[in-house]
Amino acid sequence: MTTSLRIAAASALLIGGGAAAYAGGPTDPQIAHIAYTAGTIDIAAAKQALVRSHNKAVRSFAQEMVRDHTAVNDKALALVKKLHVTPEANPTSAGLSKQASATLARLSHLHGRQFDRAYVASEVGYHKTVNGALADTLIPSANNAELKSLLQTGLTLFREHQQHAEQLQAALK
Amino acid sequence: MRCARLAGALLITIAAAAPAGAKSAPRTVTVIVDKLAFGTIPAGLHVGDTVRWVNRDLFLHSATSSGHFDIGLPPGAQRNMRLTRAGQFAFICKYHPGMKGKLTVQ
Ligand SMILES: [Cu+2]
Repeated sequence: MTTSLRIAAASALLIGGGAAAYAGGPTDPQIAHIAYTAGTIDIAAAKQALVRSHNKAVRSFAQEMVRDHTAVNDKALALVKKLHVTPEANPTSAGLSKQASATLARLSHLHGRQFDRAYVASEVGYHKTVNGALADTLIPSANNAELKSLLQTGLTLFREHQQHAEQLQAALK
Repeated sequence: MRCARLAGALLITIAAAAPAGAKSAPRTVTVIVDKLAFGTIPAGLHVGDTVRWVNRDLFLHSATSSGHFDIGLPPGAQRNMRLTRAGQFAFICKYHPGMKGKLTVQ
């Protein structure tokens, strides 16, 4: 699959599929699960980059992804504990995970600049997709105010990461 | 990180050795960093004043002005920075490029 196709598929999954899978939008336990999964996926991608990439800027970006997404996921775990919410598995989370496994497998065959470019392109697309889902589906559907606020922080973070990934992508050309 | 801290330390050492340029007593102003944004930058800053960067956010940030300063700001940390030169200093967070601000020092 090409990168743009993959992004389109992921977008459909998150936005269209999200709406179709849940009449009235996802519930807070489902939203928490999706947000946490989205962070975990980006951490796994970054760990792969830290194993495979020798490019200083790419490695620094990957370290930032691990650091920032771990911070926000730790906060999310603390919040669900406090709210006595149990994150609930759902088709959107499953779809994201499946797609992420495919990306990890595809990138595992690439080396050097090829890997760096593919990883960064995948990061641009992934952050764009998650931003769309957060803004259009997850944030509007969230009921709990603290969860909504954390998702908003997540959206700001993902937007910053998208911008950083785009700068990196331009520099790698 | 070590580099950033070193650069910060250097700046502060130089500041301590330089004569104060401001007439009024030096003051310390606080800039809060939270939710991936720099808070309001106080106006009327003078050479000799100190900017205290306070990171209330979940994330590692930096206050970086290319060629001038590069302060690493771990979550929950605060760092003091003496202002040693007059001028306008645009700065960013080197990790989160949308985070921007400008210091104007007289
Ligand atoms: Cu930052």
